[in-house]
This record gives sequence, structure tokens and C-alpha cells, in this order.
Amino acid sequence: MKKKSGVFRHWVQAAWFALTNGYVSGYLQGKIFTGKSKTICVPGLNCYSCPGALYACPIGSLQAVLDSGSFKLSCYVFGMLTAFGTFLGRFICGWLCPFGFVQDMLNKIPLKKKAKNMPGDRYLRYLKYVVLVLFVLILPYFAKGDLAGTPWFCKWICPSGTLLGGIPLVIGNEGVRSATGILFRWKLWVLIAIVWLSVKYSRPFCKYLCPLGALYGIFNPISFYRLKVDETACVKCGGCQKVCPMDVKTWETPNSAECIRCGKCMDACPKGAITTSARELWGKKSGLEEAQ
Amino acid sequence: MSRNLSEKQKSRIRLGLVVLSVVLIGLGIMQGEPATVFNKAANICLECIGIG
Ligand code: SF4
Ligand code: SF4
Ligand code: SF4
Repeated sequence: MKKKSGVFRHWVQAAWFALTNGYVSGYLQGKIFTGKSKTICVPGLNCYSCPGALYACPIGSLQAVLDSGSFKLSCYVFGMLTAFGTFLGRFICGWLCPFGFVQDMLNKIPLKKKAKNMPGDRYLRYLKYVVLVLFVLILPYFAKGDLAGTPWFCKWICPSGTLLGGIPLVIGNEGVRSATGILFRWKLWVLIAIVWLSVKYSRPFCKYLCPLGALYGIFNPISFYRLKVDETACVKCGGCQKVCPMDVKTWETPNSAECIRCGKCMDACPKGAITTSARELWGKKSGLEEAQ
Repeated sequence: MSRNLSEKQKSRIRLGLVVLSVVLIGLGIMQGEPATVFNKAANICLECIGIG
């Protein structure tokens, strides 16, 4: 039972990736999709330069609008992010983000010395907010002269862009291959470091660097989808935190900004004290139907 | 902070945020932002892939 719900989540992650990155001829011909659906953002960190991508990346789009110099504020992208966050919060991170899925799979590779968190975890967790404010908002919006019009996060940090966009295009497109230089090598090293860290630690990019996770985390306490702990049933054994990839003290802070709603704590709780707002609603609904 | 909010207050905030997101998307469409998003997304982003 415990294993099965984890496997189910991975199937959902894979199916979501296939559904939103299903432009097969892009991979075969080393080009990207140019249909109108690319006006709409997917909720997860999903590079729009991935040859298979059918939709736009929200973090890339946010920077594109801010660095264009044509708008005071990106209402459109902020609107989509607010809607995603209000309904789902970081459920997106646990279930609907390709780069989250990649990290989950990498962490399954066996290694002698594994750990949940990196040294300095307590402080490093704040880094993602710095990345969000500095690289996604301030620098793209305010940089002037030669530096204007630059999506700073995409250019210097984003490993999803390198993995889903850069590598497939360098392999499949002769023109792109011949244009690679120092920047590509820098981004490749960033990706290699994150890949290695993901084998050793759980979800390091999500914990420490991702601006999208930082943003959705703010919605976690109030989003429609939330965790609920039955305080009368909970014996505070800490079993939930032990299995939690994000190291959340579920019984104390079930709606922590760090929780990616993976559901591992629910499977592990010996008292069945943890549930979700969706399950509760479903239970109430079926209870009502039975009573009728 | 959020733990001190009652369920009623939380649902009000949620409702407010849903309305806000619809208004923001509408304003963005009126400003022509979707075209900027589309232009960026439908052309290979050189910065994203590490050559720009
Ligand atoms: S480089 Fe990263 S942030 Fe930029 S568009 Fe691609 S996935 Fe999104
Ligand atoms: S934190 Fe970022 S990379 Fe991780 S799952 Fe969430 S959106 Fe994806
Ligand atoms: S608190 Fe539970 S649902 Fe949230 S990340 Fe931890 S194990 Fe997953």
C-alpha cells in the first residue's frame, strides 16, 4: 500500500510530462513547437525551449514580460501563477513538475552515503527567495543598457532549460551545436552539480534554488489543496517527518511552505492522522450520498 | 501567522485570490502580454539553452 501510492504519483508525473511535452517531431528534427498553445503557461518549471514543449514556462514568461520593457507589471503571468498557487499550492511540485520528477528519479539511484538535507540546510532554504526576487524579478526588470532584455534566471541558473531545452537541441540541431560556448559549458556544469546533488540529497534544487517553488510555497497555507492533521489521533511519533523528502514536521506545520504534497507522510502515519482537504471533501460528499 | 486565521478567513482569502487572478489575467490580455509570452515561447530561447 505504502509503495503503491508513491508509484502512482510517479506515473502521474510521467503522464503529465508526456501530455505537456508531447511534440514528438520536435525531438526528431531538433526544433521547437510554435502553435498557439504556447501562449499559456504550464504550472511547473518546464522549459519552453524543450523540443517537445506544447506550453510556456511560467518563470521564463514572467522574465520575458518584465525584461521586454513594454509593461509595468506582468499581470497575465502573475494572474496565472496566482490561480495555480491558490488552487494547488506546491501540489504542483509533487505531482506536475518535470524537474521535480527528474530529481525524484535521480534520488532513487543507490549511493552509499545519502542524506535528506545538505549541510547548512537551515540557511540555504532562504536562497530560493533570493533567486526569485533578484534573478526573476529585480534584474530582468531593472537592468539597463547591454544587460537589458535578459532573463537572468534562465541564462545563468535554470537547469531545466539546459536539460530539457539545451541538450536535446544541441544533439538535434547543427546550428545550435555550432553556437555553443562558455555560457553553455557553465550551464552544463550547473546541471551536472544539481544532478549529482539530487542523487545524494532529496530535491536539492526544489529546497534551495527554485523560484517557482518559493512562490507556490507562499500559497501553501491557504490553497484549496491542503494537508490536515487530526490532533486527537496524532501521537507525535515523528514518523511523518522521517519519510518526508522536504523534512517537514508534518504534525506541527502540515501546510509549511516547504511541503510538496507528495503524500509520503500520509502513507507512513501509523494512526492515519493525516489527510488532505480534497479527501475530506470527497469523504463528506460520499457520506452525504450514502445518507440520502 | 496563517495558523491564527480561521477557516472562514482563509476561504475569504482564497476567494479573493481567485477573483484577483481572473482580474490580472484579464488586464494582462488587455495590455497585450500574451503576445510577448508567445513570441518568447515559440522561438528558441538562446539564454534558456545556454548560448545567448
Ligand atoms: S530556462 Fe528555465 S526558467 Fe527559463 S524558460 Fe526554460 S525552464 Fe523556464
Ligand atoms: S520547486 Fe521548482 S523544480 Fe521543484 S518541483 Fe517545484 S516548480 Fe518544480
Ligand atoms: S509533509 Fe508529507 S506531503 Fe508534505 S512533503 Fe512531507 S511527506 Fe510529502
